[in-house]
Amino acid sequence: MTDTVLTQEMRKVVVRFSGDSGDGMQLTGDMFSQSSGIAGNDLTTIPDFPAEIRAPQGSIGGVSSFQVQIGGTEIYTPGDAVDVLVVMNPAALAANLQFLKSGGIIIADKDNFSSRYLKKANYEENPLEDGSLQDYFVIRAPATSLTKEALKNLGLQTKEITRSKNMFALGVVLYMFSRPLEKTIEFIEKKFGNKPKLIEANTKALNAGYNFAHNTELYGHSVHVPPAKLPKGTYRNINGNKAVAWGLLAAAEKSGRKLSLSSYPITPASEILHELSNRKDMGAIVLQAEDEIAAVTAAIGAAFSGNLSITTTSGPGVSLKSEALGLAVIAELPLVIVNVQRAGPSTGLPTKTEQSDLNQALYGRHGDAPMVIIAASSPDDCFYYSYEAAKIALEHVTPVLMLSDSYLSSGTSPWRIPEKEDLDEINIPRFEGPPDEWEPYMRDPEFLNRYWMAPGDKGFEHRIGGLEKKEITGNLSYEPLNHEKMTKIREEKIQRIAKKLPKQKVIGPDSGKLLVVGWGSTHGAINTAVTELMDDGETDIAFTHFNYIYPLPENTEEIFQNYDQILVCELNNGQFVNYLKSKFSEFSFRQFNKIQGQPFFTSEIKAQIINLLSE
Amino acid sequence: MQAGTVKNKVQPPLTRKDFKSDQDVRWCPGCGDHLILASMQNAFAKMGHKKENILSVSGIGCSSRITYYLETYGIHSIHGRAIAVSTGAKLANPDLNVWVFTGDGDSMAIGGNHFIHACRRNIDLNVVVFNNRIYGMTKGQSSPTTPVGLKTKTAPGGSYENPFNIGEIAIGAGATFFARVPDNDLKMLEDVMLQAYHHKGISIIEVLQNCVIFTDGIHEKITGKDTKDENQVILEHGKPIQFGKENSEGLKISGMRLEKTTAENTIIHDAEEADTNMHLSLVRLKLPEFPVATGIIRKVESTPYEKSVHDAIADVQAGSPFKNVDDLFRSGNTWEID
Ligand code: SF4
Repeated sequence: MTDTVLTQEMRKVVVRFSGDSGDGMQLTGDMFSQSSGIAGNDLTTIPDFPAEIRAPQGSIGGVSSFQVQIGGTEIYTPGDAVDVLVVMNPAALAANLQFLKSGGIIIADKDNFSSRYLKKANYEENPLEDGSLQDYFVIRAPATSLTKEALKNLGLQTKEITRSKNMFALGVVLYMFSRPLEKTIEFIEKKFGNKPKLIEANTKALNAGYNFAHNTELYGHSVHVPPAKLPKGTYRNINGNKAVAWGLLAAAEKSGRKLSLSSYPITPASEILHELSNRKDMGAIVLQAEDEIAAVTAAIGAAFSGNLSITTTSGPGVSLKSEALGLAVIAELPLVIVNVQRAGPSTGLPTKTEQSDLNQALYGRHGDAPMVIIAASSPDDCFYYSYEAAKIALEHVTPVLMLSDSYLSSGTSPWRIPEKEDLDEINIPRFEGPPDEWEPYMRDPEFLNRYWMAPGDKGFEHRIGGLEKKEITGNLSYEPLNHEKMTKIREEKIQRIAKKLPKQKVIGPDSGKLLVVGWGSTHGAINTAVTELMDDGETDIAFTHFNYIYPLPENTEEIFQNYDQILVCELNNGQFVNYLKSKFSEFSFRQFNKIQGQPFFTSEIKAQIINLLSE
Repeated sequence: MQAGTVKNKVQPPLTRKDFKSDQDVRWCPGCGDHLILASMQNAFAKMGHKKENILSVSGIGCSSRITYYLETYGIHSIHGRAIAVSTGAKLANPDLNVWVFTGDGDSMAIGGNHFIHACRRNIDLNVVVFNNRIYGMTKGQSSPTTPVGLKTKTAPGGSYENPFNIGEIAIGAGATFFARVPDNDLKMLEDVMLQAYHHKGISIIEVLQNCVIFTDGIHEKITGKDTKDENQVILEHGKPIQFGKENSEGLKISGMRLEKTTAENTIIHDAEEADTNMHLSLVRLKLPEFPVATGIIRKVESTPYEKSVHDAIADVQAGSPFKNVDDLFRSGNTWEID
């Protein structure tokens, strides 16, 4: 038995819960995260589901995991290497041991390390007994048998009893982190509201785990993670997809427009469609369209009708929608398109993350068809960027494409629930004069957006469409010079939005040897890598992260010119770096790309930076 | 909140002129589209629906130019998608009186999926299909309704593909209203448009439209002055099915199919029968064995889709503890940081 990596006081800890798909690991992890949030920790979580819906029980393919990093400091990623690994069966151990730090803690349900389950996980010997785990600190917990014992008098079926063993495991972990059980019991009560028997069973199992830990090897090994300095307020855990949906609901309410969503199911974006289908209470009007093209064109119809209109999808869906996006661009209608990216091309790795739809977002339409592109960078800021996407679309009467990805969609982080005044006003440009002084393609002199008049506005009846329009009147026009002018106006209108965008910020020195650049969902890993290097005394690096992709923030060039080299890190084969090169060819760009369907590890980014600095 | 309710009544009444836009009409002289446009403008005036709540949507093709000529809100969308665009618009605002203008290529080929799904959902759209059995705007290629044997740019030796029967597709997919109208019967056209307006749910109107350039006379046998009595059976709900010179002929059921009979022995047309069998039989009648059925073939009541959606929203909202997003955001598992 080795010493553990855990100490009494820790700034960051990574815990991974892992078991069979039916073992309730997502719930267990979620409840541990809640208790960490209440304890004042910052955190980020990520689920890791089996690819198959119903993989065979006990097999490695059927292992479902949940990883959370908690900290007394700001936490931006679910962590690279694991400190505490909870495994409910041998398959979970086999699948996850690779992630565990040397000296990490394994909490194993030893009852499930029977010859039958060992065989399913391809173990010849029992790893809990053959000495192969000597680099780790192993807690062999009889979770199944002690849960059975604790629940034996409740009159429950065996299945219901064994299902409660995840609460036993949670009890063990809560003990380790010196957490009071009351709040977790409250959550159990909420979760099983009208089933008192299940509340009792889960509470008993939780207590049994807690007591087991107290009475065994874990006694005296408890870990304290101090609270992080988070802004005051009410918090909840939220994943990226739900945050997108809620940001859009908030924008609809703020703008006074009804929300219309039309989407076609696609991984990993469907949850936004599910959430908004469930939000009739908020008045959300949802159409599950017959295909991706119907989804976007119905959204165009809803936008013309005056609603905050949205379509959500992933890369393959955007491909199908791209003709219609040209219509939204030329007609100049407010529309939000959300692309929750996954690894492509084609069906690719549909459940894995990637940032490879950036070129598609920038260039994937016929004709000169510029579109605002923004990208979220954490599960909780998906709320703000979807709100922002809606705000820009409505205020500038233009389509906006928001990029999220698989990693953000299912990961969670604590989200500070905004107060009403935290959300910017949304001012929709409408023509206030009489209809006969109005023309459909008249523009705001400053931002060049047209005014949004819709069915129901008496006297403003007008026609829009995909054919080129005469400037101002919007009548059909085949005039060569008019087409050139309209093309330029449509571009200029998008560029002028940059005037409203926040200035790009830099972490670290204003000038120096190396500027590390990221965009979208890689913020957590890059930010952590850079700040850890800075904490270690590295003074020659700075970091800037882009959420506004098209147009870029106005001070981008100003920032770039102050560094000798610019390292662009992204999860694709170099799409953002090529975009930046095309805009700022005078600077020296380097690139770091990972195309494995996985997010960056902080350690990979650090290594890359150190290599570059020592060149 | 349906189109056609008192809320949408307009005073004083509008006239055909109110629905003429300032754009020059550019269809070929003699094209059937002119007749459809005139009937539509007349019908709009007679509906008495607030003009600002009328929406015209089209796809691509000769037919789809019509949105520029109608002084209503309008969207000239992209090829095949007019029905999908309209679905979004109607769902967004059920007060709208929505008209879709499409052709046989636009609705049966590239937009076929939207067509069948709109019929299935029974959303309250009024869809006018200009069926000239050819692609006009792209200059004469075969369409899904091009008859076998017709020479086209893409079938120089004559088409050998089986054509769609639009009514069969519509009724098969669940349409609650289907009518077929010759473009030269302005009275029938206007009447059918008005009935479609009052019908709650999807209305499909197939217009047998003459393209003077590529398929001139393609419907002549059905619509021509001298042949129409013999070759057209005009259906009216609750009336005997009769045709021929002096209405001397009729139809009867024989075994599994319809057969010609005398006027005295004919069956009565029931457009409101929910079962589709007889409507499908009528819609399939074809020359030379039978006259072609026109008029309103099917018109049955069923809850329109947008009503179901909005009723469900109203129900949930009435029973929900959440009155705004803040209530929603603060529900469930939250915690405080001081
Ligand atoms: S080509 Fe045919 S359908 Fe098109 S406008 Fe001319 S006559 Fe009408």
